[in-house]
Amino acid sequence: MIQLQGIERVYEVGASPVRALRGVNLSIARGDYVSIMGPSGSGKSTLLHILGCLDRPTAGSYRLAGQETADLPEAELSRVRRHQIGFIFQFFHLIPRLTAAGNIELPMVFAGIPAEERRERARRSLEVVGLTARAGHRPDQLSGGEQQRVAIARAVVMEPAVLLADEPTGNLDSVSGSEVVRLIERMNTDGLTLIVVTHDPQVGGRARRCIRLADGLVVEDTEPPSRRRSAAPAPEVT
Amino acid sequence: MIERDVIRLAWHSLRAHRQRSFLTMLGILIGIASVILLTSIGEGTRLYVLSEFTQFGATLAAVNPGRIETSGLPGALGITIHPLTLDDAEALRRLPGVERVVPVVMGTAAIEHGGRTRNTFVYGVSSAVPEVWRMNVRGGRFLPEMDLHRGAPLAVIGPKVRRELFGEANCLGQPIRVGGQRFRVIGLMEPKGQFLGFDIDDSVYVPVMEAARLFNRDDLHEIDVLIANSSMIDPVVRRMRALLTERHGDEEDFTITTQTGMLDSLGRILRIVSLAVGGIGAISLLVGAIGILTMMWISVNERTSEIGLMRAIGATPAQIMQLFLIEAAMLSTLGGALGLGTGMGIAHVLRLYVPGLPVHTPAEFVLLALAVSLGVGLLSGLLPARRAAALDPVLALAAE
Ligand SMILES: Nc1ncnc2c1ncn2[C@@H]1O[C@H](COP(=O)(O)OP(=O)(O)OP(=O)(O)O)[C@@H](O)[C@H]1O
Ligand SMILES: [Mg+2]
Repeated sequence: MIQLQGIERVYEVGASPVRALRGVNLSIARGDYVSIMGPSGSGKSTLLHILGCLDRPTAGSYRLAGQETADLPEAELSRVRRHQIGFIFQFFHLIPRLTAAGNIELPMVFAGIPAEERRERARRSLEVVGLTARAGHRPDQLSGGEQQRVAIARAVVMEPAVLLADEPTGNLDSVSGSEVVRLIERMNTDGLTLIVVTHDPQVGGRARRCIRLADGLVVEDTEPPSRRRSAAPAPEVT
Repeated sequence: MIERDVIRLAWHSLRAHRQRSFLTMLGILIGIASVILLTSIGEGTRLYVLSEFTQFGATLAAVNPGRIETSGLPGALGITIHPLTLDDAEALRRLPGVERVVPVVMGTAAIEHGGRTRNTFVYGVSSAVPEVWRMNVRGGRFLPEMDLHRGAPLAVIGPKVRRELFGEANCLGQPIRVGGQRFRVIGLMEPKGQFLGFDIDDSVYVPVMEAARLFNRDDLHEIDVLIANSSMIDPVVRRMRALLTERHGDEEDFTITTQTGMLDSLGRILRIVSLAVGGIGAISLLVGAIGILTMMWISVNERTSEIGLMRAIGATPAQIMQLFLIEAAMLSTLGGALGLGTGMGIAHVLRLYVPGLPVHTPAEFVLLALAVSLGVGLLSGLLPARRAAALDPVLALAAE
């Protein structure tokens, strides 16, 4: 599903460039459940943004479902995100003016799906996340956990192949946090590739495969080397 | 993305800041309202004056003593002004291309009959009035053809005079007193209404010589000339000018006004007015456009993280641009529509309080105003929309 080869991401800030990723090699199978952990500033979010085609690597190759993304034009990348990727964030990122159903419909609006079909699919998504009764509520009328569930419904309503979560429980209490984790794990069971960036070892430990980043490199990968598709070179420590 | 959804999303974000949106619209609103109000009054005035003058026919030329340029400024001083005389009128009538001539002496006088008195306008004229002024006689006949230098105690009255002096009774053949002199009513005019505020129906017509005697003057106020057809207006007016100049000792001490000349100068004045209105409109629309630009710019900054989210869930840069452009266009078109309503509303209220005020808003002005406000919105939304579309999605998402 996902193949990264020599991925680098360098930010040009002033005189000294910041090297957020320094040659990441990684391949993730369809339907896998991966957690990415590591100290702050190690490049977790940067990696997730590249995986989600929201950011481009400065060097290296990223193949998503067999397609090389590095040379795709911006509008094409938007379409890849629309159909293959679902995002959830620490701060939910719901549009405050729109109802729960309106927020869930938004990706379908950009995809040009007609209103009746949108309504039906949003209704089903709300059912999946258990918020049918809250369809007409605006974000400020929902709890944090409910907002994150709406965000999950929005992320999967286009039936993507990959769900990317950046600290999905970072802003929630433990009860609604574990509710959210259970929900996305259920979606993973149904075949969705799940990649979760987290600081919480309890959340990260639940994944089938745990990846640890440090200083822009993969320093630990629980996947048995026999299953790896491309061998990662040993990390050099500078 | 379906157009209806773009409009709905833009509408949601305008509604989220109702007051701010309304204040932003205010610039366009005031601009469109004032332009619509002023052009409505201007256009109404043009149509009013046009209909007032065309009721007299297009081939009428009026000669007045003294020189007045069409611009309305008095001409060179120091010219001795010869009065217009009956001989001038007769000379004009003999010109080729001149069909009929009405010499005019006018004033107000008391009209009496059967103990009732009314002060009205008295016109000393010739028999040619019905043709030259395009007025019809309802009963009896108009003044007969006669030697202009000789009078006859005959009078034709307007319907209002008849109503005031005779009521519903027959007036034909009845005696009346005009300024104390005895006249006999031989005709009654058809109602014609008002001309530039004068009640034409409130008039009495007598032979020009009788009016000259009545008002004790031997010169004319005006000579109205009916030219045979419209293609001859220019050559005949030239001949009239030459003739009168010669008769007045080589001085052009008179003014010839034709309807085309009058409408030309009216058109010139209205063009200046519409230029001024256009200037006001352009300035206020510019101010409105800057208001929208500023507000949209602020809006893009405020909604940066929202834009990042939209990009993350699959919006293309072009779609983001479209959203903000439509939002700006809606803001300004809505302002324009409200301005249109306000302008027309004020025009309507003005007409209620000033009944004579001619007001007219042509449909194409309405469409133009809406089109212009749409264009202003698109233009002023361009910069903010491009900025929104160009945002880096990762940085935008991180913005708070
Ligand atoms: N836009 C940017 N410009 C410059 N440097 C950046 C930018 N974004 C990230 N960085 C740097 O890249 C490195 C990796 O950042 P990243 O956000 O991926 O870290 P992270 O692992 O997600 O950290 P955290 O756990 O705190 O979220 C950091 O050193 C950060 O300062
Ligand atoms: Mg991070």
